[in-house]
Amino acid sequence: MALLQISEPGMSPEPHQRRLAVGIDLGTTNSLVAAVRSGVAEALPDELGRALLPSVVRYLDGGGVEVGHVAWECASEDPRNTIVSVKRYMGRGLADATRHPSPYAFIDAPGMVRLRTVAGERSPVEVSAEILKVLRARAEATLGGELVGAVITVPAYFDDAQRQATKDAARLAGLDVLRLLNEPTAAAIAYGLDHASEGIYAVYDLGGGTFDISILRLTKGVFEVIATGGDTALGGDDFDRRLADAFVEENALGELPPDDLRRVLKAARLAKEALSTAPEARIEARVSSRGALVSTPVSAERFHALTADLLDLTLDTVRRTLRDAGLSASQVEGVVLVGGATRMPQLRAAVGALFGRAPLVDLDPDKVVALGAAVQANLLAGNRSADGEDWLLLDVIPLSLGLETMGGLVEKVIPRNATIPVARAQEFTTWKDGQTAMAIHVVQGERELVADCRSLARFELRGIPPMAAGAARIRVTFQVDADGLLSVTAREQSQGVEASIAVKPSYGLSDDEIARMLQESFGTAEVDMKARALREQQVEADRLLAATQVALDADGDLLDAGERAAIAAAMRELKTTAQGDDPRAIESRIAALSRGTEDFAARRMDRAVRQALSGRRLDEIG
Amino acid sequence: MSFLDKSHFELLGLPERFAIDADTLQRAFRRLQAAVHPDRFAAAGATERRIAMQLATGANEAYRTLSDPGRRAAYLCERHGAPLNADTNTAMSRGFLMQQMEWREALDEARASRDAAALAGLARLLCDHRARILEEIGTAIDRDHDYARAADAVRRWMFVDRFGAEVAAAEDGLVA
Repeated sequence: MALLQISEPGMSPEPHQRRLAVGIDLGTTNSLVAAVRSGVAEALPDELGRALLPSVVRYLDGGGVEVGHVAWECASEDPRNTIVSVKRYMGRGLADATRHPSPYAFIDAPGMVRLRTVAGERSPVEVSAEILKVLRARAEATLGGELVGAVITVPAYFDDAQRQATKDAARLAGLDVLRLLNEPTAAAIAYGLDHASEGIYAVYDLGGGTFDISILRLTKGVFEVIATGGDTALGGDDFDRRLADAFVEENALGELPPDDLRRVLKAARLAKEALSTAPEARIEARVSSRGALVSTPVSAERFHALTADLLDLTLDTVRRTLRDAGLSASQVEGVVLVGGATRMPQLRAAVGALFGRAPLVDLDPDKVVALGAAVQANLLAGNRSADGEDWLLLDVIPLSLGLETMGGLVEKVIPRNATIPVARAQEFTTWKDGQTAMAIHVVQGERELVADCRSLARFELRGIPPMAAGAARIRVTFQVDADGLLSVTAREQSQGVEASIAVKPSYGLSDDEIARMLQESFGTAEVDMKARALREQQVEADRLLAATQVALDADGDLLDAGERAAIAAAMRELKTTAQGDDPRAIESRIAALSRGTEDFAARRMDRAVRQALSGRRLDEIG
Repeated sequence: MSFLDKSHFELLGLPERFAIDADTLQRAFRRLQAAVHPDRFAAAGATERRIAMQLATGANEAYRTLSDPGRRAAYLCERHGAPLNADTNTAMSRGFLMQQMEWREALDEARASRDAAALAGLARLLCDHRARILEEIGTAIDRDHDYARAADAVRRWMFVDRFGAEVAAAEDGLVA
């Protein structure tokens, strides 16, 4: 197998050496995939020329799956098995999922709700993976090769559970996630690079099911998010629902069966879209209980009145976020609108009035997020083609992270809007003599009471040496990585005895669950599973070998002859093993090479830091 | 020396002192992040990705600490054997306590009478006071290397800073 080639930063790889990477906007209503081709980011269309893929998955009797336009056509005929807006259920429990009426049969499950379909129980992660698989196949067919990875966008206000679920879905779809990127930040990249802008920008992003507002500072190749706010349960869907509710009420339709409800929601969405360009529209839907088409006119004025409070909710969030950023609306030099729902004229007017300037809408609000993700993916994959085609992105966590303390109160460990990656530690102690274990409950949210925040993980630290109450010192460390994902470590340190545990929050799928889902998706053919495991290890081996070679070429002088020979030997062994068919053996050789290059990696980093600070490199970022 | 043992100043390649130029600090931070940010290593091996995350985390923490004068001063005091212990050490001079009470009364009065001018006056007063304490801290650390005296001033600075936030919130309350 040929090795993947990685170019040095700033060096131009030959076209055939470019590593294929895409940006994917996994939206509530529509999803799309984009890539940088010949230096330009563009959305990749399907064979009929359509870039948008409706985020709709239909499970068929007999095991088939339909995704996109075909599934959307059947949403009303087969509502229970046709999952629309699955993003609303990512990382969410039953209580959240059932807040609005929907045609689905939900099953309560720990961490995340599941859906009962004709094909069996499905997790929102699996449903999302079906959408991602279609986009991956489209990208690989269009670009003509296997993808090295993808940048997948998430609402900035997604919490840890929702982010982890998104990453799991990508993994299930066989995508290597280069980065989870916040949607408004992706849009800012697309706009900022396009307009070569500087200054303070606000990105107002109203998608089908989520709302985000991000305030960014753009300076000389740096995109710095200052503050972000939002609501992951408010979107264009809710505007449709208001129209649908009014329609049901005016026509005294009562409680609708699932297929009627789906038809009415669909008709409401069409009416909303029509009202973006016309003063009046009709909501028309066949209602089975009436055995007839029910049709009602709706004026733009009435629509505005029905949804004014939803719009106000978003504006309140904008004001709060500006306060968090320590800025006034007049200091914002550009307002970018993102998401199909921002086509509503009353919304554009209201946002314009708040900021005192007309919003920027010159990039397609449906595509801008995917385009920004594509250029970021291209950068992360190492395809920087020229000097200056380089930028630094500093993002933040949207919600505070904390721990439960006595009395159900939250002790915040990392405040919202902290720049990621970030780590903070806090010390706690025991409250009983001889206490040897401590329950640690990790929560996310802004409220004072644990009950009002989202529970992320619970774990126990055991093996604390018995001591008097208050004598133990337990240091709990929160680390949030560049994807905005949290891991927690706890360590007892007063007696030099270290009891330590690291957890990923609980809603994420375990490796076993992922394996089971993969197994199901391949049917029962175990050989496929093995082939996939082998392939995954080979890809990882290639990646590590290529990265190590690049490192040796650039900084080999940091090693003495003996160290060089040891690394070369470990590389040879991995290369040989990777040609075999034993994934476990490859895995252990990968681990061996990683261990063998640990010191080298640290020395390289030290050199990179020294060079950065002496200003000999990357002067353009200043 | 491993990067994990470096001080915030060393990591950013800056001299260890209280006086700092905001632009120089920001430039150093951005240069460092540009070199170590995990986005630079998305295609690298697991070891390099982990080190990149640790370094970028350290860079963010260093910038957060050094860009805020109160945090920067507290950090310097701690490094030189005079930790603030802000939670347990609340001892303040009698004069400062009297002044606190005066300010608090002025705030309560202005809030009750919705007196925007009085609030603005109080905010200006606090701003001046903060600037004076910062000067005091600078002298104590950079000229006299008297970290105990500096720590005492930082504790006062933190109080005035918090109180200033309350005044700002009261001003916002009048506008809303």
